[in-house]
Formats: sequence, C-alpha cells, structure tokens
Amino acid sequence: MELSRRDAIGALAAIGVGTGAAAYAVDTGGDAATAPVETLVAVAEVVYPSELSGVEPFVETFAERRAAGDDDHARGVRAAVETMDDRAEAWYDAAFADLAAEDRDSLLREMGVDTAAEVPDGSTAERVRYYVVNDLLMALYASPTGGELVGLENPRGHPGGTDSYRRGPRQ
Amino acid sequence: MSGTPSAADGRDRTPVPDADVCVVGAGPAGALVANRLAADHEVVVLDAGPRFDPEDRLNRQERAIRPAYDRPDVWEMGGPRDAHAASGEWFYPLNHARVKGVGGSTLHWQGMVMRLHEADFSSGTERGVGPDWPLDYADLRPYYAEAERAFGVSGADDNPFGPPREAPFPNPAFPPSHSDSLFAEACEELDIATHSVPNARNSEPYDGRGECVGYGTCQPVCPSGAKYDATVHVESAESAGATVIDRARVTELAHGPDRIEAAVYVAPDGTEHRQTADAFVLAAGGVEIPRLLLLSASKLYPDGLANSSGAVGRYFTDHLFAGVGGVLEERTRQNHVGFVTTESHQFYDEADETVAPFKLEFLNYAGPSPVELAMTGDDWGDDLLGRLRESYGGHVAVGALVEQLPREDSYVGLDDERTDDLGNPVPDVHWTVGDRALRTIERSNEIQRDILAELGAEVTWTAGPDSTGPAYHHMGTTRMGEEPTESVVDPTLCTHDLENCWIASSSVFPTGGAVNPTLTIAALALRAADAVDEALSRSL
Ligand SMILES: Cc1cc2nc3c(=O)[nH]c(=O)nc-3n(C[C@H](O)[C@H](O)[C@H](O)COP(=O)(O)OP(=O)(O)OC[C@H]3O[C@@H](n4cnc5c(N)ncnc54)[C@H](O)[C@@H]3O)c2cc1C
Ligand code: SF4
Repeated sequence: MELSRRDAIGALAAIGVGTGAAAYAVDTGGDAATAPVETLVAVAEVVYPSELSGVEPFVETFAERRAAGDDDHARGVRAAVETMDDRAEAWYDAAFADLAAEDRDSLLREMGVDTAAEVPDGSTAERVRYYVVNDLLMALYASPTGGELVGLENPRGHPGGTDSYRRGPRQ
Repeated sequence: MSGTPSAADGRDRTPVPDADVCVVGAGPAGALVANRLAADHEVVVLDAGPRFDPEDRLNRQERAIRPAYDRPDVWEMGGPRDAHAASGEWFYPLNHARVKGVGGSTLHWQGMVMRLHEADFSSGTERGVGPDWPLDYADLRPYYAEAERAFGVSGADDNPFGPPREAPFPNPAFPPSHSDSLFAEACEELDIATHSVPNARNSEPYDGRGECVGYGTCQPVCPSGAKYDATVHVESAESAGATVIDRARVTELAHGPDRIEAAVYVAPDGTEHRQTADAFVLAAGGVEIPRLLLLSASKLYPDGLANSSGAVGRYFTDHLFAGVGGVLEERTRQNHVGFVTTESHQFYDEADETVAPFKLEFLNYAGPSPVELAMTGDDWGDDLLGRLRESYGGHVAVGALVEQLPREDSYVGLDDERTDDLGNPVPDVHWTVGDRALRTIERSNEIQRDILAELGAEVTWTAGPDSTGPAYHHMGTTRMGEEPTESVVDPTLCTHDLENCWIASSSVFPTGGAVNPTLTIAALALRAADAVDEALSRSL
C-alpha cells in the first residue's frame, strides 16, 4: 500500500502539528534546526510493515514538522536520534542510517527499545521509543493508509468524516 | 503545552465591584446560569481551573492516544490541587471523573444527553424505593427543550420508551453504525427494540460550530469543537457582559445567619480575594459543592453551611457500568468514531424495588484502537501489523448504565488527615453500592449475553457486579426536597438555610435514574437562573 502526502498531512493534523495549528512550535526567532530525516527514514524502514511504499516522502513531510522546530518535542526527537547514532558508531562503526536493515533492527533491540515503554523524560531506550519509534508508528497508524492496512480507514486521531463508521466491511 | 498559563500570566483576577450574581464553577451548569443572567445582571464566574487554549486541543488529543499519558493528564488533572481520598469499600477515581477549568468536565465528557423518564421523578411512589423528586417531568419539560437547543443535540424522536416530547431535536440524529445494524437484527429476534441516541455533538453545523468530522477521540477531547462543551456558553455569557475569572479557587463562603456575603477565593499568586454579590450560585460539581459547604463551617453553622438537615455530602450516587464484550468471525468496523449511535431503553421502566432502571448502549468502539495498540508491545514491522490485524476486526460490546439508590453511607466528606496545597482538607468520596444496583448489573449482563449469543459472538469479557465501575456522574450530595429537615435545596434550587444561595448541579438530584445526567443538570440550571432572576427583581 502506498503512503501519500495526504497521509502525512493527516497524521500531522492528528498529532498537533498540522496546517495552521502550530501548537508545538514556540518561535524563538532562531533558525529552525534541520530534521534528521535520513535517520528517521532508516528507522521507519524497520518499524513500518514491508508492504508499504512511499515511506521516504511520508517521513520527510512528517519530520519537517515534527523534528525540525525549536520546540521541546523536536529537540527531544533530535536528541534521541543523536543517541542512536552514537550507539551505532560505538557498536557498529557507522551512523545509524548507514547500517543494513538487519543491523538497524538489532541495534534498536540491543538498546532495549523494543521492550521499553515510551517515556518522554525516561531512560535512553524509553526516550527513543517515545520520540522516534512511537512517533513514527503513531504517524502511520493514525493516517488513512496506515489505518487501511489494518482495515480501518478512519483511525482514531484522523478526521475522516462520519460516513466510514456506517459502511460495512465489503463496501 | 504552550497554552498552560503560569502564575504570572498578567490576568486581572480581582473581584468585580457591585456584582449581582457570583457563580462558582464554569462547567455547563455555571455557564448556562451565567449566560442566562448576563444580559440583565452584573455576573461574575469564578473557576478553580485554567482557561485552556483551544489551539492546544490537538496536543491534548496526542496525550489521549499515547500510552505515556494517563487520562487525567489530558486536561492536567491530578496535581496537589486535586488531591482526594476514597475511604469507601469501593475505590473512586475522582480525577478521572472531572475536569477543572473553563468548560468543566464537558471538556472530557462523552456527550450522550437524554431526558430522565417520567417515573424517575417519583421513584418512591412508582418503584417503591428512594425519595420522590419535589418536581415532575412536566415542570422540567420546557427547560429540557431549551437545554437541547443550547447543546445543539442531534437526535430523533424514535425512542418508544422515552418521555413525551413537544419539539424535534435541533439537529438530525447520527445514523446507525455498521455494528448497530448487526445488533438491530439480533435484537429483533429477541424482541428488543433499539433506537437512536441523542448526542450533544453536531451532526450538522450548528450555533457557529462545525459538524462532527470523525476524529474519534470525543472522550477525552474533541479537537474540532463539534462536541458541545461549556466553553460555548462561557463565551456567550462573556459577550453578554459576564466576567469569568479562571484559576480562582473558592475556598470558603463567608456568611451571616441567612445569607452568603462573599465567595473567598485564592488566585494563582496566592492572593486571597473576596467576591461579594447579591446572589450566589454554586455550580462546582457534585463533589466540590458539598466540600465547599463543609469547608465553610462557622460558629453559626458548625456542621457546615446549608447543612441543618445533615444531608450535605450524603447520598452520593453514580451510575454503574455493566457490559459484555465479545468477538465475531466477521469484521465489525469499530473505532471510527468515539460516540454511541444506538441504545435500548426497553427494560428501563420495568424497575421496581428489587431491580433498578437501566439502559443498554451498543458501542461503536469495542476492542482496541489500532493506533494505540501499535505503540505498545515488543514488535514492529510486519509482526506488528500482523498483531494489529488480528486484534482489530470482529469486536462487539454492549454496555449498560444502571441506577444506584441513594444511601446514607455513600457520601462525600472531608478527609481531616490530608490537605490540598492550600491547606484545606481534601474531599473523601466514600462510595458504597447497594444490592439493588448489583442485582441489576447481573440482569443487564444476562440480556447482554443473550444479545451476543444471538449475534453468534464469543464472549471475551464481562463487566459484572465484581468488576463494575462508575460512569463519572456525581449526584445526590445536596439533595432537593420540600422538607428543610431532609434536604439541602428547595424545588427552586435555593438552599433552605440561606436565602441567596442556589445550587445548579446533579448534586441536587434526589435519585439518579439511569440516563446520563447533564441534560437534566442543564434544565435545572436554566430553571435556577429563572429563580435567581426573579429573586433579584424582587431585589433581595
Ligand atoms: C469521562 C466522562 C464522560 C462523561 N460523559 C457524559 C455523558 O456522556 N453524558 C452526560 O450527561 N454526562 C457525562 N459526563 C458527566 C458530565 O461531564 C457532568 O455531568 C457535567 O460536566 C457536570 O456539569 P457541572 O457544571 O455541574 O460540573 P463540572 O462540569 O464538573 O464543572 C465544575 C466546575 O467547577 C469548578 N470548581 C470546582 N471547585 C471549585 C472551587 N472550589 N472554586 C471555583 N471553581 C470550582 C471546576 O474547576 C469545574 O470547571 C461525563 C463525565 C466524564 C468525566
Ligand atoms: S468524532 Fe466528532 S465529536 Fe468526536 S472528537 Fe471527532 S469531531 Fe469531535
């Protein structure tokens, strides 16, 4: 299934950084930092299901709003990504995005991210889970395409109207 | 969150000079009273919580979805301001059950709104248990119609068991869901009539707010504003001239023998103020109203204010939840929207001494929400998708709301061992549930199981007498009655003891019936406002 720009915008709307409602962004006049898009795409390739296509533009749009701003959340994402890169360098001698997919998967598991609960001010694994893995999972599964993968084209958090709840499964 | 106000937010929180009416609480009860009186009177509303920024609602929605946050976190409940005790046999999760702030608990509510049945007003006479109300359905009927217009209720006149109506609902009902149609077939086989649900959310644009767009997170937050919340009438009251002071925590009602003189409140910087007024309307919800009356004890009234009956805080009731859930082989399309579109009141009026009234609700959000499930667990990638597909799918559930009878040993009191951050004893919700309600939960479960069996579902969970919980409706703690020796307020909602103090809340309900309370709260609030208006025109 193909992710679209609409999905990214939808997901962003769902999590408070959609068009207009720049609720996270506290503009301090400084230059916005660059989002660590490459690393986020590299994580998405591991945590998203393999039947999805269009992951890169989806994550790019998402990251621009979610990880580039000068707000606590974006800073949290960048700090978590930095930690992942440090670990990748220390344990695998390469930046996270340059690792093979199996190694990325292993690294996240070796860091304990798979078994960690998300906690925004928690341990390293808990923060990576919150700011990186779960941010990406929420963006996907609150989008129409992500929802559709599961059989629910209007998932919680997506303003998908009031028709879909009335439709039967085969329509 | 960017909208969270700090102590130094620069807002003027000094009292309004020459106020006619002081309303304590800016939930739906306080907002409707203020809105009705603001054009003709100088009205001030004090609310303990903040004015939340509407721009933050999407961030609150994220909190509602993400596992890192608990429900009370969504509206910033649960700090030292909100400390409470629960000394009863039954734990009461008070901070899941209310919101403090402009808009009150409707910021978090589900928004199902229906009128009480006619027999609910005379439980003693009709069912042989509990007190009768000193009002009947006819007294409230015009106010119910007005309350429905205020909330913009979407509904249809298709409930064969409901009380008589005079006018259509302001908006058409939300049509039934796919799963409703499955339930309708099964219920028909069992001779159970189903019907639509009146919802305080716009099925069409209404009153300057848009129609529901299907975010599905109604409870605890509607980002679009399609779900009614009391900020609507707070804003309307302000445009009509009312003053609303947020983060003003009323800690005491200063009084003489017959009248309240001032509401004493503490601003965020710790400054204490006194708001004087000719009339006071207490609208702080069914837990904080009795607490405030008890905290205002004096030499004149050592047992607490308006408490010569001893009934302040007594007879605390809530509705109880009964439910059965299961799984079908086919897809049931749950979790698209966060509200209910089909109910049955068929068994409601079979109530008697031994069985309470109850209504059945056919849920549209049975089973887990995939996005929430995706953020928990040890898997990701294809394994996670496999798990989500397996767990989403065929869930169905039927809930029920059950009446609980008022009892003296179910009460809101003060916990003298524990104080809040201002040094005042915290409220103790000592909740006790009697056999009639527990028996009725079993009865509901039987019917729910029959329906699921007819559907061909495998039952996976039951919320029965041992695992029931409250519906977050705080009733009974300043009951209404004709007799000053037995009740706190009279049928005009004025306290028997103090001539300028009215109460607008489910705390005045003598019994609760088995419908969600807020439409009745709104109808009573409008009625109380008329009584205040009349008293002011007689110039108190
Ligand atoms: C999760 C949930 C779902 C619900 N669903 C439904 C539903 O579907 N249908 C229904 O009918 N009802 C529902 N309810 C109940 C409904 O929200 C309440 O009945 C309604 O909000 C009560 O209105 P109120 O104005 O009396 O009190 P509230 O809305 O609780 O407002 C009271 C206000 O008083 C303020 N206050 C408290 N103490 C003080 C003080 N000392 N000084 C100053 N201000 C004070 C508070 O800050 C608050 O803003 C639900 C409630 C919850 C929590
Ligand atoms: S489903 Fe409708 S009412 Fe509920 S949150 Fe969404 S827009 Fe609001």
